[in-house]
Amino acid sequence: MINLYPLKEFEFPIIAECINPDIFQDKTREDIEKLKIWEGNRQRKLEELFKVKATKTEDQAEETTITIRGDVSKVRKIGAKMTNGEIVIHGDVGMHLGEEMEGGTITVHGNVGGWAGSMMKGGTIEIHGNVGDYLGAPYRGSSRGMRGGKIIVYGNAGNEAGAYMRKGVIKIYGNTGQFAGLRMHNGTIYVQEDCEGRAGACMTGGKIVVGGFLESVLPTFTIESVKKNVKIEENERVEGPFYLFLGDLTENSKGKLYVLKEKNPHLSHYERLL
Amino acid sequence: MELLIKNGFVYDPINGVNGEKMDIATRDGKIVENVNESKALKIDASGMMVMPGGVDIHCHIAGSEVNTGRLLRPEDHFRDFERKTPKTRSGVGYSVPSTFTTGYRYARMGYTTIMNPSMPPLEAKHTHEELNDTPMLDKATYPLLGDWWFVLEYLKDGKIEECARYVAWMMTTTKGYAIKIVNPGGLEAWGSGRNVSSIDDQVPYFGTTSREIIRGLCKVNKLLNLPHTIHVHTNNLGKPGNYLTALDTMKCVEDLASGDKPAIHITHCQFCAFKGSDWRTIKSGAEEIAKYVNNHSHVTLDTGQVIFTDTTTMTADGPFQYGLHELSGNKWVNHDVETETSSGIVPFRYRRKSYVHAIQWSTGLELALLVRDPWKIFMTTDHPNGGPFIYYPRIIAWFMSRKARETTLKKINPRAESRSLLPSTDRELSFYEIAIMTRAGQANALGLKDKGHLGTGADADIAVYNINPETTDPSKKYRTVRRAFENAAYTIKGGKIVAKNGEILRHVKGATMWLDVQVSEPIKITEEMKRRFREYWTVEYENYPVTENYLEVSHPTTIKADV
Repeated sequence: MINLYPLKEFEFPIIAECINPDIFQDKTREDIEKLKIWEGNRQRKLEELFKVKATKTEDQAEETTITIRGDVSKVRKIGAKMTNGEIVIHGDVGMHLGEEMEGGTITVHGNVGGWAGSMMKGGTIEIHGNVGDYLGAPYRGSSRGMRGGKIIVYGNAGNEAGAYMRKGVIKIYGNTGQFAGLRMHNGTIYVQEDCEGRAGACMTGGKIVVGGFLESVLPTFTIESVKKNVKIEENERVEGPFYLFLGDLTENSKGKLYVLKEKNPHLSHYERLL
Repeated sequence: MELLIKNGFVYDPINGVNGEKMDIATRDGKIVENVNESKALKIDASGMMVMPGGVDIHCHIAGSEVNTGRLLRPEDHFRDFERKTPKTRSGVGYSVPSTFTTGYRYARMGYTTIMNPSMPPLEAKHTHEELNDTPMLDKATYPLLGDWWFVLEYLKDGKIEECARYVAWMMTTTKGYAIKIVNPGGLEAWGSGRNVSSIDDQVPYFGTTSREIIRGLCKVNKLLNLPHTIHVHTNNLGKPGNYLTALDTMKCVEDLASGDKPAIHITHCQFCAFKGSDWRTIKSGAEEIAKYVNNHSHVTLDTGQVIFTDTTTMTADGPFQYGLHELSGNKWVNHDVETETSSGIVPFRYRRKSYVHAIQWSTGLELALLVRDPWKIFMTTDHPNGGPFIYYPRIIAWFMSRKARETTLKKINPRAESRSLLPSTDRELSFYEIAIMTRAGQANALGLKDKGHLGTGADADIAVYNINPETTDPSKKYRTVRRAFENAAYTIKGGKIVAKNGEILRHVKGATMWLDVQVSEPIKITEEMKRRFREYWTVEYENYPVTENYLEVSHPTTIKADV
């Protein structure tokens, strides 16, 4: 197990693609300290910014575990493109956490910046704090969103969570901002609390489940039925009843938007249309 | 400054040199007979190939549509960026690289001259600003004139000489190099939401036809004695069955050719060589086009080869780009340039497993292999429409090696593979033919006297590739060939070594070539013309011309016209 401790409060953004179990694997502490990392426009070695400590575990697990303790909210791209192993972070993390990751797990006990799990293909990201905008969304301009894996957020999420999503699960146990599931094609987004609005804009497929208050449903969605419960993933169902809306009709598609009946009495007028 | 390149295998097709071992000497940016060996900087090129610097006849690298493409595609730059070094500036790629990166990447491949093929005259200033910022290369740009209202009006009335005067004025005013025609008539029709579907369709309001526009401008080209022919992007581009339109376009100027001189250049021919009635039955029409071109001397082509990658398509052909957006569902930009032309941009991904894309890939190569005379067909990808120019070495490998083609053939859509003509073609091009298709032929077609060859007096633009033609069999070692062409051992621009083994050693400015066309009776800028400007354009006449001090390194060629 490798422990990393930031040596100072970072002033400049740090691009740390090297903090990745795939890269740390089979490397000694000395090798890890020599890894290259960008601070602002300067290239540095990992040891100049982090104290690296290796602790031996009893069973010498096959998979590498990296633990970061401290505030790394200026550090970007931690765990980008990782395929196995584990990263545990005690503290806040910067943008692009687990970008394009294909496997392994990342656990954060703190808040995370934007683009967490951006374009991910597999693996799990678990965040015990709040998360910024573009959770699981592709890079600006791209339409290749999340293609697998799972993101669990116990706090709140920002805008455009799960934009252009194609596969996988995003579970947000707090509130979420606007445009959750923008242009999503497939997959599932579950928001336990409130959703700020415009959920599922331009979606062409997939499932968005809102368990809290949703001020209004976009006019391009049409009510289909009332469902007793909704399946989020294998062995997990949420009890309803839920209004089921289909849309987005501007895209001529039938994505599913479930909204909890109990918390949304102002949507009851839709029932007339059933 | 003197330079001596010793003992290289020289390929200089214009002077008929085919892989002979000789020395090339340069002094003050020109190639000379000999230099003082003790003083000159020597390059040991033994076991290497020496060719003239590469010439690209058609690549969209500057101008408003390229820049809009850059704005449209942040995700394209995200994956491919270059850091600044003490010698070079930073920049981003991939399919629409920033201007500096464009220059560096071409220089690494041994290219020294490039042609930016579509400049709406209204955007001439923007285009020249970007060309000024494209280092390492000499460049020129073609103004789009096929749908300019002045041209349409004069051609409608049959006033060829008057039209020629206006074209001459426009060429000098916008600092252009050749007449570019895109979907003649179709772009004007697109202004009212229509298109033309054959070369005999009427253009709304003007009542003229594509045939008249092409023939008219071909005559104008001849009257003005322009060095290049008309540069035509045909009607119906990118539609199944359009090889007939391409053939019609070539045939319609058959009688205007004088002697063996070409009269028309059909650009990115792969995109207009589709047979079949719809996307499901689409087939390659390369055989028919190659047959015609082999039997006629008035046509030159460039391939417009497709590469299986993610790219950005951009043409002045607004209706075609709209169709592409409908087909792919991708984001798009479409624009009408006032009285002149239109344009459109759509990101696009060519997939190996797609039947249509695989057919397109095959068609490009078939054209290059079936046209027997390499002086008539040139290698391009229509950057970035078929793929980014950085893939040229890969195309060279496909040209030179049947094995390379077969390797890719195995990976493409099986139905496309079974319909491809490539397995029946044994032809493998030699280094000499590659030198023609990538530099000599292109310079010849463009009428660039000082480019594309290594004779005395030519510009000292030279590429040295680290490959020994005597010991390397390109048909088997195609990967070695590809790697050699990816990073030239030396790229020499204007007598200075600018790149070595893929590393940029020096940042040099290239010249902008343009034509100063002199007619006996130049048009007068009357009040009437200024009124038209006020009525038709959003800019006043005074703001329209690109003055010579706008170009950082101006390289005019004076042309004496016949009118």
